[in-house]
Amino acid sequence: MYSTDLRTDAEKKSAGEALRSVEDAAFLAAFQKRIDDGAIIEPKDDMPEKYRKTLTRQISQHAHSEIIGMLPEGNWVTRAPSLKRKMILLAKIQDEAGHGLYLYSAAETLGTKRDDMVADLLSGKAKYSTIFTYPTPSWADMGTVGWLVDGAAITNQIPLCRCSYGPYARAMVRVCKEESFHQRQGYEVVTVLARGTAEQKKMAQESLDRIWWPSLMMFGPSDAGQVSQNMKWKIKRHSNDELRQRFIDATVPQAEILGLKIPDPDLKWNEERGSYDIGEINWDEFWGVIKGGGTCGKMRIRDRKTAHKDGEWVRAAAAAYAEKQERKHSAIAAE
Amino acid sequence: MSKSETSQALCAMPTSDEMTYVLRLADNAMILGQRLAEMCGHAPEMELDIALTNFSLDLIGQAALLYDCVLARENLAPNSDVLAMTREQSQYLSCLLVAQPNVDFAHIIVRHYMFVTFQKRQYEALLSSKDKQLAAIAEKALKEIAYQIRFSKAWVLRLGDGTDESHERMVEAVDCLWRYSGELFDKDDVLCSVIGSGLTADFTNGYQNWQDEVSDVFAEATLNIPSDTHMLMGGYLGKQEDHLGHILVDMQYMQLKYPNLEW
Repeated sequence: MYSTDLRTDAEKKSAGEALRSVEDAAFLAAFQKRIDDGAIIEPKDDMPEKYRKTLTRQISQHAHSEIIGMLPEGNWVTRAPSLKRKMILLAKIQDEAGHGLYLYSAAETLGTKRDDMVADLLSGKAKYSTIFTYPTPSWADMGTVGWLVDGAAITNQIPLCRCSYGPYARAMVRVCKEESFHQRQGYEVVTVLARGTAEQKKMAQESLDRIWWPSLMMFGPSDAGQVSQNMKWKIKRHSNDELRQRFIDATVPQAEILGLKIPDPDLKWNEERGSYDIGEINWDEFWGVIKGGGTCGKMRIRDRKTAHKDGEWVRAAAAAYAEKQERKHSAIAAE
Repeated sequence: MSKSETSQALCAMPTSDEMTYVLRLADNAMILGQRLAEMCGHAPEMELDIALTNFSLDLIGQAALLYDCVLARENLAPNSDVLAMTREQSQYLSCLLVAQPNVDFAHIIVRHYMFVTFQKRQYEALLSSKDKQLAAIAEKALKEIAYQIRFSKAWVLRLGDGTDESHERMVEAVDCLWRYSGELFDKDDVLCSVIGSGLTADFTNGYQNWQDEVSDVFAEATLNIPSDTHMLMGGYLGKQEDHLGHILVDMQYMQLKYPNLEW
């Protein structure tokens, strides 16, 4: 999800080569021992450069996803069907923006400035979660996004509360509390629709049809059986497949309760595994979204670029005013 | 069924001056809240995005309480969503200022500073209202308004006395928006009636004090209040400009397309 490594193989290889450093084996082994002993790594601690860069990428990508994620939901703020829903949606999007700021701050503790991270997002260098490149054409999507997208996010983020990097782990504790609320409110929106008129139920089903598969893709490509460096460093605790399965097993019964059908003809309960089997995920679509931006990716970045550009004169004015005030105060102090 | 027939069937207008007045308060908050909600995800900086949507949330919260207040006294609609979101454009009784578009951040800030400094006086006049529910809503809202004044005043100063560009934008925003200030303090028949009945104290005698406060802040921000301005009015009487119609297209979309449903 928000923190899945979305780089292509070529990008990963190039980054790995660039990071081949002079760090000696003894330092790396000592660092690994600290991790194995359950130590929490703090900003001023020595850490391998690759650990720092991996976390900077992951946390900033997570922050970008929160900020870009405001747009598909913001799409319905002015059209929300009731005062209550409008207020909840506004509050939820504010939470997401707050998560973004919180995460940029956590990433900054690793030595990269927020402005530089945002510049990477706007230039297309940095990635964000593929889920936010999908459109939200109906009100029901505001429910389904909360239910499935935030539900998938929590599944991934709860283990991150035990991530070895302290600032990220602590940020995740707060983020998970709010995401849990978002997931429940999303499910409640869908519940009202599923129990409403035929038209409302249709709206809910069509939204589930749209968002089900992209939400499964949020966990990233299959990596079963692999023990990655991120796992050794306890940045990542579980495989993508394990988390995806956890999400599916929790979500399918929730859909059944509402009388909604998961859009997967191959979905069936596997008694032996005690889990659901699913059909094949269309990974071509996933990689297509990463490379080409999917339906809304270009629009999302364009919107963020426009907001950033519109803010240039505002930031310049704030800086100029602050400077004038400082000069004024210095002059008074000098008298 | 035409839109006109639909809204007529869904909602009526107040018969009393008192509820007409409360509907004005509610519509002011609702329309400005809706305007600010348009900025969600698009504000010039992330922190400002959170601030503007937070103000939107405050205002829509105030509107929801005020619509409920109206409905508890006059049975105009089955619920506050219908009252808020299904009326004809001419049945919205918001002042013209609140529907003015988000031209740029200068317009947003000038509009907001003018409105919340006015709203503070208007709501303070409700604290002694004979209607205790209305007084309680005002008391709650005044806490939110106090912060919004602090925020918008700080940005009036930054933008007015920032760079040449920000100053020029602020001059243009003040020149455009000041024309809507007269309506805020206009003591028309409805306001005279509700002052007489004890629903609100007379805040219009604070008009000069408001002008002094705003012009002092503008002066500190190196801005001038335009002189000899022809004031534009009519919103409180339902004589709305073009802008409101565009707001309503979005705001009313779901309630008019799917009437009488639970969401």
